[in-house]
Amino acid sequence: MAEASNAQPLHRQLGMTDAELAAVVDELGREPTHLELAMYSVMWSEHCSYKSSRAFLSRFPTQAPWVLVGPGEGAGVVDIGDGMAIAVRIESHNHPSAVEPYQGAATGVGGIIRDIFSMGARPIALMDPLRFGTLDDARTRYLFEGVVSGISGYGNSVGVPTVGGEAVFDDTYRGNPLVNVFCLGILPTERLVLARADGPGNLAVLLGSATGRDGIGGASVLASQSFEAGDEAKRPSVQVGDPFEEKRLIEACLELLDAKLAVGVQDLGAAGLSCAASETAAKAGAGMDVDVARVSKREPGMNAVEALTSESQERMLAIIEPANLDAVLELAKRWEIRATVVGRVTDTARFRIYDGLFDAIGVPGENPRPPIGDEPTPLNSDALPIADVPVESLGDGPLYHRPVARPATQDALQAADPGPQLRDKFPAGADLSAELLALLATPTIADKTWVSRQYDHQLFLNTVAGPGADAAVLRVKGTKKALALSTDGKARFCRLEPRTGGRLVVLEAARNVACSGARPIALVNCLNFGNPEHPEVMWQFSEVVEGMSEACEALGIPVIGGNVSFYNASGDDDIHPTPVAGVLGLIDELNERPPAAAVRARDDIVVLGAIRPELGGSEWAAVVHGLDGGMPPVADLERARAVHDLVATFVREGAVTGVHDVSDGGLGVALAEMAIAGEVGMKVELNFDGCTPAEACFAEPASVVVLSVDPQETAAVCGQAAAAGVPARVIGVAGGDRLIAKGAFDVSVADATHAWRDALPALMNRPH
Amino acid sequence: MPVFNAHVEVTHLPGIADPAGATVERALPALGYTNVAQVHIGKTIKLVVDAPDADTARAQVNEMCERLLANPVIEAYEVVIS
Amino acid sequence: MTARIGVVVFPGTNCELDVEYAIQQLGGHTERLWHGDDTTKGVDAVVVPGGFAHGDYLRTGAIARFSPVMHAVGEHAAAGGPVVGICNGFQVLCEADLLPGALQKNAGLKFLCEPAALRVETTSTALTNLAEVGAVLNVPINHFEGNYVCDERTLAELQADERIVVRYVDNPNGSLDDIAGICNAQGNVVGLMPHPERASDPLLGSSDGIVLLKSLIAAATARSTLLV
Repeated sequence: MAEASNAQPLHRQLGMTDAELAAVVDELGREPTHLELAMYSVMWSEHCSYKSSRAFLSRFPTQAPWVLVGPGEGAGVVDIGDGMAIAVRIESHNHPSAVEPYQGAATGVGGIIRDIFSMGARPIALMDPLRFGTLDDARTRYLFEGVVSGISGYGNSVGVPTVGGEAVFDDTYRGNPLVNVFCLGILPTERLVLARADGPGNLAVLLGSATGRDGIGGASVLASQSFEAGDEAKRPSVQVGDPFEEKRLIEACLELLDAKLAVGVQDLGAAGLSCAASETAAKAGAGMDVDVARVSKREPGMNAVEALTSESQERMLAIIEPANLDAVLELAKRWEIRATVVGRVTDTARFRIYDGLFDAIGVPGENPRPPIGDEPTPLNSDALPIADVPVESLGDGPLYHRPVARPATQDALQAADPGPQLRDKFPAGADLSAELLALLATPTIADKTWVSRQYDHQLFLNTVAGPGADAAVLRVKGTKKALALSTDGKARFCRLEPRTGGRLVVLEAARNVACSGARPIALVNCLNFGNPEHPEVMWQFSEVVEGMSEACEALGIPVIGGNVSFYNASGDDDIHPTPVAGVLGLIDELNERPPAAAVRARDDIVVLGAIRPELGGSEWAAVVHGLDGGMPPVADLERARAVHDLVATFVREGAVTGVHDVSDGGLGVALAEMAIAGEVGMKVELNFDGCTPAEACFAEPASVVVLSVDPQETAAVCGQAAAAGVPARVIGVAGGDRLIAKGAFDVSVADATHAWRDALPALMNRPH
Repeated sequence: MPVFNAHVEVTHLPGIADPAGATVERALPALGYTNVAQVHIGKTIKLVVDAPDADTARAQVNEMCERLLANPVIEAYEVVIS
Repeated sequence: MTARIGVVVFPGTNCELDVEYAIQQLGGHTERLWHGDDTTKGVDAVVVPGGFAHGDYLRTGAIARFSPVMHAVGEHAAAGGPVVGICNGFQVLCEADLLPGALQKNAGLKFLCEPAALRVETTSTALTNLAEVGAVLNVPINHFEGNYVCDERTLAELQADERIVVRYVDNPNGSLDDIAGICNAQGNVVGLMPHPERASDPLLGSSDGIVLLKSLIAAATARSTLLV
């Protein structure tokens, strides 16, 4: 029944392989109807089924006594005591943002918020790790501006504060920006719900926006294939977000759950109603009948395929007992939310779609008024299903073990150590002042206030530390606790040596969380990679997953959820492997604001950890000098654990007045950032064994943290470090108005501040 | 050179969601207007253009729409020259 | 007898929880006023909090002003009852003609969420009666449309009658005469763009908003004893 048209059979046009079609035929025992084929094509797409990645994702460690819900649900959930739980999730919306940056980012925010409140949690914080090409390119500036506006417009309006994130600029993302969004929600443990369509006879109620043609085939078309030039044909798939609708939906759903009127709630995301309905039924081992005539349509002339696979935003599916229907409809009316009964749970284990049956046979509810231009659907009590498939088969997509191959160029890449060239150019005694200022002004390192002041970061009065801090810190009202959050990623390390890079990504996020005095309790990851049909990409993927898993095991952090985004590339150029880790930490008792990433006048400046001449993949080598080869820094997991525990202890005990980790730009940048924040200079010496001053300044070794310490505490701090087996060195003292490293650099704090603070506004305020 | 007035209306492409229009559509009945079937909200942009003739003016304004005034990914535009 | 402070909620309002929390932390008592009900339930003071009523679609506050509750709020104001509009609330009060002028898009055409230094210009209002003239308070702003405009005649009136309540020390959004908040002739209706509830705890970075919230509680208390 696959119709040939122009060049290709229908299944190929929908993005399915011949083998996949054969599997469908096998599953059904016959050829699929057009509607069935469309549903399989979307549900079995890479974006929905994770067919290329599932085989590797099982490697992640997912267990811990405090984990209430692990990977596989709307969000991961952990118990934080005091009767409360935290739900977290991270997702990507990369391809839509390249087509329409404002709406792509906005709908990305909307989607992940829905995942959080589908678990019964109130969304209370967002973070946005973003990656773009370099800002000398006008289109990149357009995308950057649009994405930030979209997150601002949607997040602020829907009422969830954005408390942190990243903005990284690298040529690898020029044609394919990465828009990852992280969301956190809080709930009383007893409001936790899983989306299960339990109980034959129960009803599935579609809540929220009317269904239009948004994103038809978006999942399979947009996310499962890389961009080619001339993508105008993909344009009609753009979804437009309505944060006002979403806000009402949040309030309505949380009220539904508080009143125990719903058995489960599922959000509608990729693959729309076909996914939400079949998934909730499959998880409960039940079946579901859906009537397309019951779906409120926004446009006239929509067919069943469109109604079922539409990705119109701001819609949820609630599973309810029939006795509660009146109360549910009344609640929805009060919140001005559309609500229609579109499905009923059966015990057939089949997923069946009808058109015009329910009203005819008296299923509770009624067909909504059709849109202008449509006639009401004829009712037919004998209507046959227009689709009838085993309920699990849609979610049971193919599992691929794609070929894995280390790139032939990897050895040469790793051998291209930038060290020797840079040692020649900057031997001991070379003046590094200009280098430091140049580095402070590189967009990835420069001040991001241009971005963060567009985000409401204060709503809900929880934000103790917000954008710009190493980790966001949110108090938990009603308890003494606080949460710490950080999202981090460093693609360059992963490109050079993916297993180490994977470890380093986890270490960086965990280190940031430790700097606020928290212990890490959960990790979610967003794995942004290129084309999985390229064995080199699969090699990167499998190695990164292995490295991340090793680090999570060593630090005792369970992975409670994740998202995979493949096909990030422009033409044939896969992006650098870009895993992003979001780590959640818990502070047991927060009585005052944690120490800032700043130095205080007259304090001693202490460096914890080992400084090594590790320039491979560093911002200085790659961005300032164009040398992007070599090996990434060593990822010593035991040392990391010791440093994190030590730093968190210092912060908790109030032993330090300032704390900041070393990451992009190395020790030099970390010191400069602390001086800028503290509005005071310093005099330090950077004598580290085996390092030229330039290497000590700009190398990016893992597990290094800088402390600002009251001179009366310094001995105790160093003593505690020694006892923990962590190197600790007093490198100097804060004071004056110049940033001085003997024999290395000497700049005024004012100059450093201008370089760092003015860079992004200067780049973004130029005429287009 | 003659002066032309250009009146540009920018609206959402058909099929693209219009949350603002939908919200106003829902608000009108509360004010007593129950006979409004549909509301779409767009923008009006008025320009005064120097051009040798109306056709040139129109062509230029169309270009402006494509490049700046409208977002062709989600918006449609209509130009009237007088 | 504790004064009752009503907090209005429109669809899309999102700062009600924060306003309630901040007032309660100071010993105040709050009650919700649903937009669909034409009543202020006899509360002693009304707060119209921040957020995005009706998504800010069409114009900020344009649809909210027609809500049944705004009729009751108008009556409460006309009778001398304290009414404070914060951010979106200020926008609603202007659309509802309870305060003059309008709030336009910020001069920089970007949303701004950042600290702002405000100078208290008058203490004869429901929001500033416990503050001191000339005091500089650190209270954050969070808005896209905070640029206050009005015609010349109105500006002259506001200045002459000392109805400019707080001014920005460093104007972030282009507001006329650096105006951050104004009041009506009687001083019982106040609208301001900055969020006092967001400056109510040292843990959050500033507690300068407390004097404003306490002033409101005092105004509500005065009213409650008046009407007994």
